[in-house]
Amino acid sequence: MHYTIIRGLATQPKLANVPKRKWKSVVGLEVHAQIASASKLFSGSGTSFGAPLNSSVAYFDASIPGTLPVLNRKCVESGIKTSLALGCRVNEVSMFDRKHYFYADLPNGYQITQQRAALANDGKMTFPVITPGKKVYYKTAKLLQLQLEQDSGKSLHDDYLKRSLVDLNRAGLPLMELVFAPDLETGEEAASLVKELMLILRRLQTCSCKMEEGALRVDANISIHQEGDPLGVRTEVKNIGSVRSISQAITYEINRQLETVANGGVITNETRNWDAENRRTVAMRDKEVLQDYRFMPEPNLPPLHVNLRPGSKSTEDLLSVAALSEEIPELPEDTRQRLMEQYNLNAETAIILVNEPILLEHFTSISRSLTELPKKVIYNFLINDLLTYCNKLNLDVEDCSIRADDLKDILQNLHTEQINLQAARQLIELLHKNPKAKSSELIELHNLQQICSPEEIEILCQQAITNQAKAVQQYQKGKAKALFAIVGEVAKLSSQKANMKLVVQCLEKMLKPTKK
Amino acid sequence: MRRHLQWSIKQLTGSYADGQLSPRRVTEHALEDALRWKTLNAFVRLTPEQALQQAQDSENRYQQGQSKGELDGVTIAIKDNFCTKDVHTTCASRMLQDFVPPYDATVCSRLKQAGAVILGKTNMDQFAMGAGTVDSLYGPTKNIWSEDLDQDHWRIAGGSSGGSASAVAAGLCYAAIGSDTGGSTRNPASYCGVVGLKPTYGLVSRHGLIPLVNSMDVPGIFGRSVSDCVSVLNAVAGPDQLDSTTVRQPFTMLKLPEIGQIDLSTVRIGIPKEYHCHGLSAEVLETWSKVADLLECSGASVRQVSLPNTAASIFVYSILNQCEVASNMARYDGIEYGHRASDERSTEQLYALSRAEGFNEVVKTRILTGNFLLLRKNYDHYFEKALRVRRLIAEDFVKVFESSDKEERVDILLTPTTLTEAPLYKDFASLTNRDQCAVQDFCTQPANMAGIPAVSIPIRLSRAGLPLSLQLMTNSLNEQLLLTVARWIEDQVGFDSLEHSQEHKASS
Repeated sequence: MHYTIIRGLATQPKLANVPKRKWKSVVGLEVHAQIASASKLFSGSGTSFGAPLNSSVAYFDASIPGTLPVLNRKCVESGIKTSLALGCRVNEVSMFDRKHYFYADLPNGYQITQQRAALANDGKMTFPVITPGKKVYYKTAKLLQLQLEQDSGKSLHDDYLKRSLVDLNRAGLPLMELVFAPDLETGEEAASLVKELMLILRRLQTCSCKMEEGALRVDANISIHQEGDPLGVRTEVKNIGSVRSISQAITYEINRQLETVANGGVITNETRNWDAENRRTVAMRDKEVLQDYRFMPEPNLPPLHVNLRPGSKSTEDLLSVAALSEEIPELPEDTRQRLMEQYNLNAETAIILVNEPILLEHFTSISRSLTELPKKVIYNFLINDLLTYCNKLNLDVEDCSIRADDLKDILQNLHTEQINLQAARQLIELLHKNPKAKSSELIELHNLQQICSPEEIEILCQQAITNQAKAVQQYQKGKAKALFAIVGEVAKLSSQKANMKLVVQCLEKMLKPTKK
Repeated sequence: MRRHLQWSIKQLTGSYADGQLSPRRVTEHALEDALRWKTLNAFVRLTPEQALQQAQDSENRYQQGQSKGELDGVTIAIKDNFCTKDVHTTCASRMLQDFVPPYDATVCSRLKQAGAVILGKTNMDQFAMGAGTVDSLYGPTKNIWSEDLDQDHWRIAGGSSGGSASAVAAGLCYAAIGSDTGGSTRNPASYCGVVGLKPTYGLVSRHGLIPLVNSMDVPGIFGRSVSDCVSVLNAVAGPDQLDSTTVRQPFTMLKLPEIGQIDLSTVRIGIPKEYHCHGLSAEVLETWSKVADLLECSGASVRQVSLPNTAASIFVYSILNQCEVASNMARYDGIEYGHRASDERSTEQLYALSRAEGFNEVVKTRILTGNFLLLRKNYDHYFEKALRVRRLIAEDFVKVFESSDKEERVDILLTPTTLTEAPLYKDFASLTNRDQCAVQDFCTQPANMAGIPAVSIPIRLSRAGLPLSLQLMTNSLNEQLLLTVARWIEDQVGFDSLEHSQEHKASS
């Protein structure tokens, strides 16, 4: 990646003195995904988000002496499915280890994880990279390891009373840690990887992927080096709270490192926090000392065996990988290929539809019931109108309350020319604001029907010709583009409701030179 | 001396059934005796209210002809490292001095389920780290066989389950639960002249047993006879969903043959030469060969075998023990439960002081050593290597128990349990905990390394009038044969666990 052009955002470091030799940036990700399950990894307590403080805590979660971990079968199934979907080799035997460190929200004084022999290794992810204003391309990152581990609790610091409190609801929640090779170069690539991962995990229903609830957490390792040199010293950026922040945080950190080097500084191995408010990474104060986690095998859990034989079935004691592989649904990339083949969509369209599952859902459902509608009309409407409207409001299209049936109505009316595109856009807005209203009622209420009667159109055109005398003159002198001004006038006079196709036809007829 | 104490558990519950004795009377006597024998320091806490209630419930069941079986109304004591719901469980440490578990260990819940009357919690070395029951927050437990209990001439009970052994030996209860990580049940059983059983690893659930070394800990059983131990084992053994390391196959209750039915002609006994070690007393050696002769004379085949890695075992045990201790003790930070120091300047300060105050020197030393051994730079050199040698030690046993060569194969190994009779406290205390463990656990910890079952049975009295015991070991899950042979020896030697001089003095 060249850094000849860096966008001049106010919060980005200035890069006046970047050396001439080409710099490369290297990004690796570690993702913690909370496994969607009713109970914790090693205990029977519940997992619901937002439960009252310390209400989902089994004795084991609070490290009450004498309690022992009991592995949750459902979590192993989810881990295996995820591994398979990401092309991993599932290990016939994996093991659990204790990782020791003292922290108030880690009641045992160690975390149970998989260090020596993980559940799965050697997968990869190929995903489309979407950068605004650039052509979409595909990138591949190796997945080195997928391991099961337990989450820690949460410390709450009360600065006013100068005390810390601990909430153990999160302690022991099941996590999959996915360690990716440093195969990425930019923040956009990293964000795109995570986006694709979220699509996959949601399809598998192995993780809710709600970053705002901490169900998916991303840490990024970032370094820069000059072409031909070995990799540079890396920093780790933590506390990245949204997909958008991934791209911002990594871009910021790459630029910070480039600037540091340009100013003669040195990059130190450190952990930095993403400060979303000020859009910058900040060095964490502690963790200066090298931690030795004193890993040790977890003696209370026997090695985890799985059955790798093809065609095998799961038993009470042994999960079959083959049987679980049959439960894997169509994955996002398969869907894209299928859409491209089935509906003749281009890659970009297929990517957008798949990346916004709700759009895909609308597209599939509308295509199925309105077979006479060209697919292009449907996806253009969904992408150019619905998605654009949501983006304008900074609204996640998932959270837009418009029902598929209403979208169907709008498209149907659009197709039969009962309304025009302007009215369709207006309906999106009206429906979003009045989720209970019906589109047909709104069309009546707001008088959105398209004006199609030749008489009305002619009257409007006549008025426009009078109002736009100058444009008429130019048009008649041969300046074809001048017609737009007159058409625009009709649109204005009709409050955007005139059927433009008919208006153009009518104007062309009215303004046609009479002489031979 | 109460006559019913001479009875076996089966006889006792038989007498409940025919109305000769009542669980309530027996429990009341036991509680009185426990107070009378306070000087032994066997119990750290009696639970008279619960015990009397359980006894009353048992009595009602007998009256309605609805006895829960062999253990219904039988008085039992529990080592203070097994969690007991709503009853303090301290591990004899300051750290857990005020800890009241909200749940019962599986062993305790199964005993309650079987109708047992739980008298209270017994003394131990802090967190079961010791072989003498001398390193307890509540002071040392004394051996009832001591020539003199009052002066500094008393003998140790052995450990770490010394309180349980002492309680059974003194007739304060019919059986007791201990734990056995490197010999903590067999060692005090040997010194106190009672039977001490360490079952196969995983046969009895560890859920609720506050861990010392998870990969070796086994709940142990004390009784005054082999068949009493079987009665208790039958109640507590078997798979437990709460302990993933329990043996998955269903447990079939043991039923020992009548003495007359025991046929030794098919039994092959091995005498491992490596157990003839430095420090073995002449009297123990003599006892060992006498019993070997006795078995041979009665038709068993007795031959010498070799377990070549035995000498390395105690060092490997020490390393693994300290590493797991360092890890298991990490939870005691004073946050969720346990001792919390008053220093709240920072979380780190709070941890440091809580732990400094809550643990004794033995525990602290093991934590420090264990953490050192687990450091990334040391892990392969110590822990990893110890695991490899541990496998060799386990393989030594597999070779003698499962050898494809029939001539080589044996069913039972006969060894000393301890190298001597119970030492005097003043002699025992002259060595450090670490040095003592190296000597005391020599014959017992290999069975823990291999996970195999072992039992210590008293054989005879030494010239000083102290019990001398021997250990039998066998292959995993072969408890039936192990205890059958033990029972045969027990019958032959006719050792009376209650015939100590103290009892004579007290009753005379």
